[in-house]
Amino acid sequence: MAFPVVLYFLVFKYLPMYGAVIAFKEYTVGKGIWGSEWVGLQHFRDFFQSYYFWRVLKNTLILSFYQLLFGFPAPILLALLLNELRHEMFKRTVQTVSYIPHFISLVVICGMVVDFSSRDGLFNSIITFFGGESSALLSEPGNFRTIYTASSIWQELGFSTIIYLAALSGINPELYDASMVDGASRLRRVWHITLPGIIPMIVILLILRIGGLMEIGFEKVILLYNPNVYDTADVISTFVYRKGISESAEFSYTTAVGLFQSLVNFILLIGANRLSKAVSDNKLF
Amino acid sequence: MTIKRTIGEKLFDSLNVLLMILLIIITLYPLWHVLNASLSDSNRLMAHSGLLLLPDGFNLDSYKLVLSNPSILSGYRNTLVIVVLGTALNLLFTILGAYTLSRKSFMLRNPIMLAIVFTMFFNGGIIPTYLLINNTLHLGDNLLALIVPGLVSSYNLIIMRTAFQGISESLLESARIDGAGELRILWRIVVPLSMPVIAVMILFYGVGHWNSWFSAILYIRDRDLYPLQLVLREILIQNSTDSMTTSAAMGDKEAIGESVKYATVMVATLPILFIYPFLQKYFVKGVMIGAIKE
Repeated sequence: MAFPVVLYFLVFKYLPMYGAVIAFKEYTVGKGIWGSEWVGLQHFRDFFQSYYFWRVLKNTLILSFYQLLFGFPAPILLALLLNELRHEMFKRTVQTVSYIPHFISLVVICGMVVDFSSRDGLFNSIITFFGGESSALLSEPGNFRTIYTASSIWQELGFSTIIYLAALSGINPELYDASMVDGASRLRRVWHITLPGIIPMIVILLILRIGGLMEIGFEKVILLYNPNVYDTADVISTFVYRKGISESAEFSYTTAVGLFQSLVNFILLIGANRLSKAVSDNKLF
Repeated sequence: MTIKRTIGEKLFDSLNVLLMILLIIITLYPLWHVLNASLSDSNRLMAHSGLLLLPDGFNLDSYKLVLSNPSILSGYRNTLVIVVLGTALNLLFTILGAYTLSRKSFMLRNPIMLAIVFTMFFNGGIIPTYLLINNTLHLGDNLLALIVPGLVSSYNLIIMRTAFQGISESLLESARIDGAGELRILWRIVVPLSMPVIAVMILFYGVGHWNSWFSAILYIRDRDLYPLQLVLREILIQNSTDSMTTSAAMGDKEAIGESVKYATVMVATLPILFIYPFLQKYFVKGVMIGAIKE
C-alpha cells in the first residue's frame, strides 16, 4: 500500500534532486539532462562573482533576520500577556480576533498592503494626519523590509501564539500555588515558572526557524516587490525565479544558485540542532 | 485563596487590557476599512482620505461588477475543482502512506520514513522541479499540475502516522484474526477512529489549495484555467481592472477600479470568514497535534 506514496516521493522529490545535476552542466532542453555537457563549478563561480551575489545574499539574510528578531518573540510575548488576563471571555475574544488574518489568503493580504501603501492609501492618510509627507511607500527601497516584516507579524501573530498557549496550559498549576504561598510576585512567577515551562517549545521552534533562514517567504516578496526596490527586496529565491523562469531561462545557472541556497540551509539546520543539543538538551532530531 | 493585588499589579492589568484592545483594533480595522470602501460610492471614495468608519455614499455597484466578471467566476470554478479533487487525492495518498508506515510489521518502515523526512530539509529546487513538471511530464496548462506535485505533504504524513500509531495494536490484531484484510482494517477501523485528525488534514490541505497561486504562475498559461488567487493577483497587485471597467468613461475608470479592488477582496475573503468560526477549533487542534514530538 505504500507503493503509490513511495512512487510519489521518488518522482516529485528525488527526481528533482537528481535533476539538480544540471547545475554542473550546460543544460539545454534539446540535449536533456544526460546529453548536456559538464562544466564543473562554472555556474557557481559565475554566481559568486556576479554583482547579484552579495545583493541577494544580503537581502535574504537581513529579511530573515528581521523576521527572527521581531517576528519570533512577538507570539511568545502575546502568549505571556494573554496568560495574565484575568477575564476568561475577554481572553477568548482577543484570541479569536487575532487568528482572523491567518485565514485570509496571501494574495489578498498583499493586495491590501499594496493598496494601503499607495500615494493616497490608508498608510499615507495616517502619516499625513501626524504631519508627515505622503509618498509611494512601496517604491522606496528603504521601506520594503519594514512593510514586509510588519505585515507578516500582523498576519501570523495570533495564530503562532496557539502553540505557546498550548505549552502554557500544560504547566502544573500547583507550581503557581506553591510560589504564591512563598510570596513570589507576579513577575517572579512569570520568570521562574511560566517562562521555563515553555522554553523547550521555544527552542524547537527556534531551531526550525534557523534551519529556514535562507528560505524567506519568497512568494510574499514576489507579490510585494517591484523593480524600484530590488536593491532591498530581491532575495535568492526571487532571483532564481526571475532568471530561471519568468524573465529568462538560464536553467543551469539558476539551479546552481538554488542549490547553493539549499546547502546553506541544510548546514544551518544541522548546526542549530547541534548547538541546541549542546547548550540546552533540546533537539529536533 | 486570594491574595490582594498590589497597585503595581492593578496598573499592569489595566495596561495589559488596553494593549489587547489596541491589538483587536489593529487587527480588525484594515478589514473594516476594506469592507466600508467596497460599499462606498466610487467617486466619493476617490476624494476620501483618512479612516473610513462607515461607507461613504453606500452602494453595491462594485459588487455587481465583480460578480459579473467572467474571470472571477471561472477562477472560483477552477479553485473549487482544485480544492475538492486535490484534497480528496491528498487524503487518499496520505492515509495509505501513513497507515503502511505506522505498521511495525512493515520491514521498510524506517528507511522509507527517513527518506521522506529528508525531503523536508533538502530539495532539488524550483528549476529542476519546474523542468520535470513542465518539460518532462508535460503537465503545463493542466490543473493536474497544481494537484499532483503536492499529493503528500511530509509534515501531514507524519502527523497522520503519529495518530495511527496511537490506535491499539490488539484491536487491529483481533480484526485480522476475524479474517479482515489490511485494506478492510484501514477503511473500517483505522479511518473511522481517526476522524478528528482526518478533519484537520482536510482543513490543512483544503486551505492550502485555496490559497495557492505560485504553482499556477509556473504551469498555467491558459486564462480559462486560472485559479481564483491568480485572478486576484491580476486585479489587486498588477492593478488590472480593465476587464471590468471597459464600459466606463476614461475619467471614471480609475475611480471604479479602486472600489472594484475592495469589492474583490471582500468577495474572495467573505466565504472564508463565514466558515472560519466553524474551522477554528480544528485549526487549533491541528497546530497542537503538529507540535507533538515523536
